[in-house]
Amino acid sequence: MTIVLTLAVVVLVAIAIWQMTKIFELSQLKAEKSQVANDTDNKNNGYLLFAFLIFIYGITIFSFYKYGKFLLPEAASAHGGEYDQLMLVSMAIIFFVQTITQALLHYFGYKYRGRKGQKALFFADNDRLEFIWTIIPVIVLAGLILWGLYTWTNIMDVNEEDDPLIVELYAQQFNWTARYGGADNVLGEANVRMIDIDRANVLGLDEADPNAGDDVIVKELHLPVGRKVNFKFRSQDVLHSAYMPHFRAQMNCVPGMITEFSFTPTITTEEMRRNPDIVDKVKRTNQLRAERAARGESNTDPWEFDYILLCNKICGKSHYNMQMKIIVESEEEYNAWMASQQTFGQLMASMN
Amino acid sequence: MSATGHEHSNDHEHDHGHHHKETFVTKYIFSQDHKMISKQYLITGLIMGVIGIAMSLLFRMQLAWPGESFKTFEWLLGDWAPDGVMDADIYLALVTIHGTLMVFFVLTQGLSGTFSNLLIPLQIGARDMASGFLNMLSYWMFFVSSVIMILSLFVEAGPAAAGWTIYPPLSALPMAQPGSGMGMTLWLVSMAIFIASSLMGSLNYIVTVINLRTKGMSMTRLPLTVWAFFVTAIIGVISFPVLLSAALLLIMDRSFGTSFFLSDIFIQGEVLHYQGGSPVLYEHLFWFLGHPEVYIVILPAMGIVSEVMSVNARKPIFGYRAMIASILAIAFLSTIVWGHHMFISGMNPFLGSVFTFTTLLIAIPSAVKAFNWITTLWKGNLQLNPAMLFSIGMVSTFITGGLTGIILGDSTLDINVHDTYFVVAHFHLVMGISALYGMFAGIYHWFPKMFQGRMMNKNMGYVHFWITAVGSYGIFFPMHFVGMAGVPRRYYENTAFPMFDELVDIQVLMTVFALITAAAQLVFAYNFVRSIFYGQKGSLNPWGATTLEWTTPQEHFHGNWHGEIPQVHRWPYDYSKTYDNGEYILPGQDFVPQHIPLQENEQELNH
Repeated sequence: MTIVLTLAVVVLVAIAIWQMTKIFELSQLKAEKSQVANDTDNKNNGYLLFAFLIFIYGITIFSFYKYGKFLLPEAASAHGGEYDQLMLVSMAIIFFVQTITQALLHYFGYKYRGRKGQKALFFADNDRLEFIWTIIPVIVLAGLILWGLYTWTNIMDVNEEDDPLIVELYAQQFNWTARYGGADNVLGEANVRMIDIDRANVLGLDEADPNAGDDVIVKELHLPVGRKVNFKFRSQDVLHSAYMPHFRAQMNCVPGMITEFSFTPTITTEEMRRNPDIVDKVKRTNQLRAERAARGESNTDPWEFDYILLCNKICGKSHYNMQMKIIVESEEEYNAWMASQQTFGQLMASMN
Repeated sequence: MSATGHEHSNDHEHDHGHHHKETFVTKYIFSQDHKMISKQYLITGLIMGVIGIAMSLLFRMQLAWPGESFKTFEWLLGDWAPDGVMDADIYLALVTIHGTLMVFFVLTQGLSGTFSNLLIPLQIGARDMASGFLNMLSYWMFFVSSVIMILSLFVEAGPAAAGWTIYPPLSALPMAQPGSGMGMTLWLVSMAIFIASSLMGSLNYIVTVINLRTKGMSMTRLPLTVWAFFVTAIIGVISFPVLLSAALLLIMDRSFGTSFFLSDIFIQGEVLHYQGGSPVLYEHLFWFLGHPEVYIVILPAMGIVSEVMSVNARKPIFGYRAMIASILAIAFLSTIVWGHHMFISGMNPFLGSVFTFTTLLIAIPSAVKAFNWITTLWKGNLQLNPAMLFSIGMVSTFITGGLTGIILGDSTLDINVHDTYFVVAHFHLVMGISALYGMFAGIYHWFPKMFQGRMMNKNMGYVHFWITAVGSYGIFFPMHFVGMAGVPRRYYENTAFPMFDELVDIQVLMTVFALITAAAQLVFAYNFVRSIFYGQKGSLNPWGATTLEWTTPQEHFHGNWHGEIPQVHRWPYDYSKTYDNGEYILPGQDFVPQHIPLQENEQELNH
């Protein structure tokens, strides 16, 4: 694969150099000294502009063909479908405009390349034309703005309706911790000033708060499918960003304040692993890993798909490896897992 | 020394320029001549550009071949690349300083400083800037800030590494990363001086444009370059002081224990005393400059492209007044969109809605500009000089990069692509590459004006353009796909996530294109240096342009014109203007310079 790409690059460069040398030769033939473009230069570069248009289309098609399958799979959250649809429509508009404007720009560059004696048209303004290309973007953008804002308002409306699960995501250099409200689904009070490393109170929970006793602190995020989750984000040191790309969800974690985001997971990890796109991706990836293993390189364990939480705000040396596994499962599986976890109260009791 | 003090009521052709003895120091070092200062800006900016681009090659190699050992790394980075493997901290430092150098030192002062200084007095018909002394001071403060920024690379713990936006607390706490120690202090000091330099420059440009225009040069007869520089300077004066306040508050937090941006921090086993500050406040202050800043970068490029395109198309720029209106609209909107960098920063979502609205509005004047450029080419007689190719290239990358802004400016869509490679691809095309193209267009076009009539070699220019054009798309087009696959920016390597394994091919492709493109810049560097000394001398007005700078003699002297400054009688875009019978206004010449009075039977069209 790499070899194919490298070859493609080499071929492109070779074509470029061949064209360059041609230009050199042609310009030398005339033995002209002037550094101002002459008809030959205009002709050559006019043709190259046309070729460049084809190059732009070519790299677009190449990228879609080659890399289209690398994009994220279908959204695994309730609002994600709406997100993907808005993205698709915006992208369609963008590619439509891109295709047309690049064509006009480069085609004009080729068509109207200078020739001796050619007269340019003195065309300084035209109110109607300018009105048209002001009003069309206005209408299209108005549509996108309204749709975008409607979706945004829905996504960002974090409320307590439908009995959401309350989960805290806690960020520090360079790992994540999750905290569940426990049986009462209410998070106990916490502040970094109450952190007591010796007693394993790493999130700074208020031991005196009755809501804190049943909180559950874990290193792996489990979510029941179909239930709304309200996330509360905290950071203890620098800015982090909780990025859950499969759920189209992201929010910064800011020291000194609690930020929020809410979504409903709709596809379990098991279901997602059976998604044809994911099956293909896992196959491709494991093939790469097998090739690496054959070369005796490290980091080659076969991969099984999992949802993942990444840090997406520069946070220091190990920013690139600050992650937590997310598991979406059925209500029963979730309950069983939760029942097996130690509560904060039990943890503190074991410390005394 | 005021330039107007030099005006003479009578002609003494031989007199001007021999007023005072020029020594080597006053001519080449502490010069107050805007043309020399412009060259000083250009060369300083280009040197910073070489360093900035070299850094990008280093981290691109790390991204394509993660953890690989390179002799180059060992040689350039020393202890920061033990056994030739780049350290993760220094990767972040390289990313940070690359951004800082390119945005501020190359594309702000390197671009604006060079061409505002060169072109404002020459194109409006002034003997120099309003204050030559302030102008000189502005350059030398820029120089000092450049030197401090470069010195910070040699600090033992490494230079600033918190990203070019230096968000606290990462940038405020030396224990959070090594670069936030001495390196960050130097970064802040350098930027504070830089801002002072930028303000002095900007104020000078504004005053000069308002007060020193020659007779007949009304605001609606100004070339679009001058309009762009003028408005850029105004945005700079409005927004840069806010960055200065952010920097000063950050210095206070770092060194004097205040809590403007910090609160509730537990790091390395202890609670810090900070309470009540907010990093979000810093983000607001930073982007209040940061967003206008990208227009400070792109507007001069737009002005240059408009001018170069019109000259080489042998056609008036299409929609002159609409171009001015869109410059003003962009400038105004640019100051009220900063929040689109902060949709998911924890700021109130309603505020996000407002910023989405203003952000998408800015697409309208941008679209108008793009369409006007395309129409300027229509039915032209295009002289495809290297400067013209870079102008066309600029419109191309500006469209490609600008369109994805519609995705990022939409708060909903931003959620999942924020801080990914998609953003990196977007802004590199729309402001990085586009502004660089504008800068190259300016250099090729006005090289004869800067270096006594010498011209750059066109064939090397063509090689430079075509490799750069192909390479830029090769680097940044596939990059969108990496972002849409969910890869965050500023990751030292992507090997910790098996889901990113298959993307390494794209990284290799991008890096190979980056190396080739950078090599093409060597062609430019060689051409530039060679042409300064051996470049072929062209005619007085080699491109056949109408603007006043081409009426000055090729040799440089302080004061620009022997004798009187020419008067202006028409707008700057009378290319291929004809009488009703199809004859050019001036027989055998397809352009009418601005200082030529209206001819008999010629109509001055009210553009």
